[in-house]
Amino acid sequence: MSEHFDVLVIGAGPSGNAAAYTAAKAGLNVLQIERGESPGSKNVQGAILYSDALEKIIPDFREDAPLERHLIEQRMWMLDDESYVGSTYRSNAFNTPPFNRYTIIRAQFDKWFSKKVQDAGALTICETTVLGLHMDGDRVVGAITDRAGGSVYADAVILADGVNSLLAKKAGFRPELQPRDVALAVKEIHFLPDTTIESRFNVGPDEGVAIEMAGKITQGMVGTGFLYTNTESLTIGVGCLLSDLRARKITPHALIENMKAHPAIRPMLEGGEMKEYCAHLIPEGGYNAIPRIYGEGWMMVGDAGMFVNSVHREGSNLAMTTGRLAAETLIELRSEGKDFTADSLARYRRKLDESFVMKDLKKYRDMPGFLESNPQFFTQYPGLINRAAHTMVVVDGADKKSKERDIRRNFIKKRSRFGLIGDAFKFWRAFE
Amino acid sequence: MIKVEEKLFQNRYKVDAGRAHIQIADPDVCQLKCETKPCLVCCPASCYTKEGDGAVTLITDGCLECGTCRVVCSEHRNVLWEYPRGGYGILFKFG
Repeated sequence: MSEHFDVLVIGAGPSGNAAAYTAAKAGLNVLQIERGESPGSKNVQGAILYSDALEKIIPDFREDAPLERHLIEQRMWMLDDESYVGSTYRSNAFNTPPFNRYTIIRAQFDKWFSKKVQDAGALTICETTVLGLHMDGDRVVGAITDRAGGSVYADAVILADGVNSLLAKKAGFRPELQPRDVALAVKEIHFLPDTTIESRFNVGPDEGVAIEMAGKITQGMVGTGFLYTNTESLTIGVGCLLSDLRARKITPHALIENMKAHPAIRPMLEGGEMKEYCAHLIPEGGYNAIPRIYGEGWMMVGDAGMFVNSVHREGSNLAMTTGRLAAETLIELRSEGKDFTADSLARYRRKLDESFVMKDLKKYRDMPGFLESNPQFFTQYPGLINRAAHTMVVVDGADKKSKERDIRRNFIKKRSRFGLIGDAFKFWRAFE
Repeated sequence: MIKVEEKLFQNRYKVDAGRAHIQIADPDVCQLKCETKPCLVCCPASCYTKEGDGAVTLITDGCLECGTCRVVCSEHRNVLWEYPRGGYGILFKFG
């Protein structure tokens, strides 16, 4: 298959599919290569789909995309060993179409997205691993695959090969990942009847709940957990910085088992049948970890470019947006009769800078360093907040003023007065 | 606690027999030079095990292809990590 294409897209996840779809729909000759048996078979996500990013690519996606439940309720839990303090936002406004967020099952969703890509005119080849890039000096001109005689050539190559991006590493476009720049997340899917899920989570058919969790479930490590409702299943997962897992010598397997045993979590999973166990690295380095994302004849999109907003748990929407903007850059340049040089592809970077992608990542650029140097937000505060809630809720004959004094003393004992003021200030600065 | 092997039993794999996609570059480094052996702890599928003599063995059949072992081996860079051949390895049913 020694052929020449306008665009070669490596990978068929959200970023690769967004790029291939956008480019093919505009009439570019697109080849997409995916190593999985089918698109999605190598891909792992929580998973929540944010409609906005997909709407900009496929406006009528709701007509046939495999969507699970639209979310009408978001819970945030701060857990201690046997308790949690939580907040919930639920609104019937989320029940008015068009819906803003859905739970999805990636193996099904990616297959659907890939069908759209192929309908748009791209050639997608699965079960094919790209081994390396073909270079002509600084310029990427194609790729070599593990098929017999499997060299392919293109005017532009879009690297959508995920967080590990071996291709970018081998080509020297990106250094090896650092353990503090990625979180390792493990996830399970548990099947339950849809009516059980609806009564257990107080929702109607097609309505869903997302629970984001922090605190003791990560055992003091920087990380979070989640539980999402699908139509007939629940996904539960937890992720921590790899550097923390390594330092604390806690196995990811033990982490999720402990989480599932929490007295507030166990009843939600009761009676479910576990049908898959997944693991995935998540880029957590934020803005400062973003490598060079374009060069002579190439661009990087999605997780390969470290495009994840870890504060807001957003990734697939950044992936789709970066994929779309990369393709739009090529479409514009082609119509202007320009070659895909590093100079001309700088337009991709400018498009990203103008979009929410870079604006959000820039806003939280200090967050990874802040969390690394302030472990108290994961070690001490969850316990303090839960004990404060316990003190105020228990009716035991003590007057409320004394209870408040006890709570204050506990906080000062753990963090000191200056520590508390400093933490509040630092917390505000990190989110500012 | 349920064993990780029991969980992996739920997963679907197409094993590329005799062609492990991950290899230990120099077994002596694991056995003699690496004191912490982070791969043993961090691999979510427990593909790495320590033998009685301190050697580390790797069986990739249950690999979830996450990349963790390669990234945590930052001190010795002793993990040769490639993707399986096209179509082989983990095949997520749900992902």
